[in-house]
Amino acid sequence: MTVVPALDIRGLAYSFGRHRAVDDLTLAVEPGECFGLLGPNGAGKTTTIRLLNTLLPLQDGAVEVFGHSVRTDAMHVRRLIGYVPQQLSIEGALTGRENVEWFARLFDVPRRERAARVDEVLDMVDLRPDQHRLASTYSGGMVRRLELAQALVNQPALLVLDEPTVGLDPVARDSVWQRVDQMQRDHGMTVVLTTHYMEEADALCDRVALMHHGALRALGAPDDLKAAAGEGATLEDVFRHHTGDTLESEQKGGLRSVRTARRTARRLG
Amino acid sequence: MSGQLVEPRAASAERVRRTGPRLLVSRVGTFCLVELQKLRHDRTELLTRAIQPILWLVIFGTTFSRIRAIPTGDVPYLDFLAPGVIAQSALFIAIFYGIQIIWERDAGVLTKLLVTPTPRSALVAGKAFAAGVRSVAQAAIVVVVAALMGVGMTWNPVRLLGVVVVVMLGAAFFSCLSLSIAGVALKRDRLMGIGQAITMPLFFASNALYPIELMPDWLKVVSHVNPLTYEVSALRGLLLGTPTSYWLDFGVLLGSAVAGIACAAALIGRLAR
Repeated sequence: MTVVPALDIRGLAYSFGRHRAVDDLTLAVEPGECFGLLGPNGAGKTTTIRLLNTLLPLQDGAVEVFGHSVRTDAMHVRRLIGYVPQQLSIEGALTGRENVEWFARLFDVPRRERAARVDEVLDMVDLRPDQHRLASTYSGGMVRRLELAQALVNQPALLVLDEPTVGLDPVARDSVWQRVDQMQRDHGMTVVLTTHYMEEADALCDRVALMHHGALRALGAPDDLKAAAGEGATLEDVFRHHTGDTLESEQKGGLRSVRTARRTARRLG
Repeated sequence: MSGQLVEPRAASAERVRRTGPRLLVSRVGTFCLVELQKLRHDRTELLTRAIQPILWLVIFGTTFSRIRAIPTGDVPYLDFLAPGVIAQSALFIAIFYGIQIIWERDAGVLTKLLVTPTPRSALVAGKAFAAGVRSVAQAAIVVVVAALMGVGMTWNPVRLLGVVVVVMLGAAFFSCLSLSIAGVALKRDRLMGIGQAITMPLFFASNALYPIELMPDWLKVVSHVNPLTYEVSALRGLLLGTPTSYWLDFGVLLGSAVAGIACAAALIGRLAR
């Protein structure tokens, strides 16, 4: 019997006007895997994620989450996914706990389990002591952990993290990864994440896919990719090898990320 | 940490799968609850927003009662005006509610809401009635102020419940109007401008301040297609006992709320791109 892949992407393509953001992407993620989607800014990682989590309507190709088509069964797919977007995004006018309860309700967590489930995820991200403070008073790292709690309260089969540590200080970054790693090891949850930090991808991911200009450039376990790139190569070398000069692409995404950071600062500040 | 949290995670685990009307009711309830929680954390907004309607009643209302410029039959002008001001304060809240969704879009919250198992129509209906919750809270303040000023209103609980329903439906329509404009305008400042531009005409082209019979013919036509007119008529009927056709008023309010939700649901996806 073949195992249904956690995520099955076939011939996925998406264009914004004339700009081709994702170009004929095909890959599969096995259940229980931690899978990293890497690439410079503008490589199409976020577009891919927004397609698989039903935010963007599918143009070409097919995406299935645990055998459920994103195109024809979006509601079911949404019930299976926990999603943490790139941007820090919580409702600052509610307390931390209310933010999590809100999502528990939106995911139809049964009433009799709700309080226990919310307690559990808040414990998991160490926010129980601060649960009754307004989320607008949280630090960036706490907001991210709160978002993880929001994403986990539904017990997702597939956890999707889009640059979960961008803009966080190293300590906050570590604490986020630590929790993702633990969750993944303890419960065998499937995780799909994007990141810019190669050493983190190396340490966390069972397999990674390298994207550049919307297309898949390399796919495999970090160790295999490094071995293929030559002796002593790091994942960063692999990245450079496949994407060439990254400077130009950094400029491409630069303005947008600055804008996002500013928006976040305005909102939370 | 218990091991059961992420345990039943076979792809098609027995998750609660609400569908259809039950899902709609559940989502509307959730968004209304969240609105109440927000209100609880920030009550100052209720008070600052009460200033304007109070000015309408205290200054405009008392002055115009005294000069008797507007013939309102047996009903004192202040009494006539009070339901109009309730409707107006609810209108202002609802019209600017669309700004909140652009705010949520900018803050990334909308993105997260759109990937929960919440159909867009349920999300919009939730937002619409959440605007209603806020409007009802605001209306309650105006009712109290009007009562303190001696406006002779009913305290019959059934009629007051009717007032709640009318304010909710009116707010649902106007917030959906605002959400639809948000889906087209996409920017907060643009929406602010449009909101400013349409609230006053909606207010003046209704029977909130003066009876329709006094209006020039062209304005009568406008006020007859303005849902605010039916909201005010229903409020006057319920609170003061003035004659009105409840079937028509509730029919128009319900119909326009449903149409507004459908329209906003179709446009809201534009904010997620």
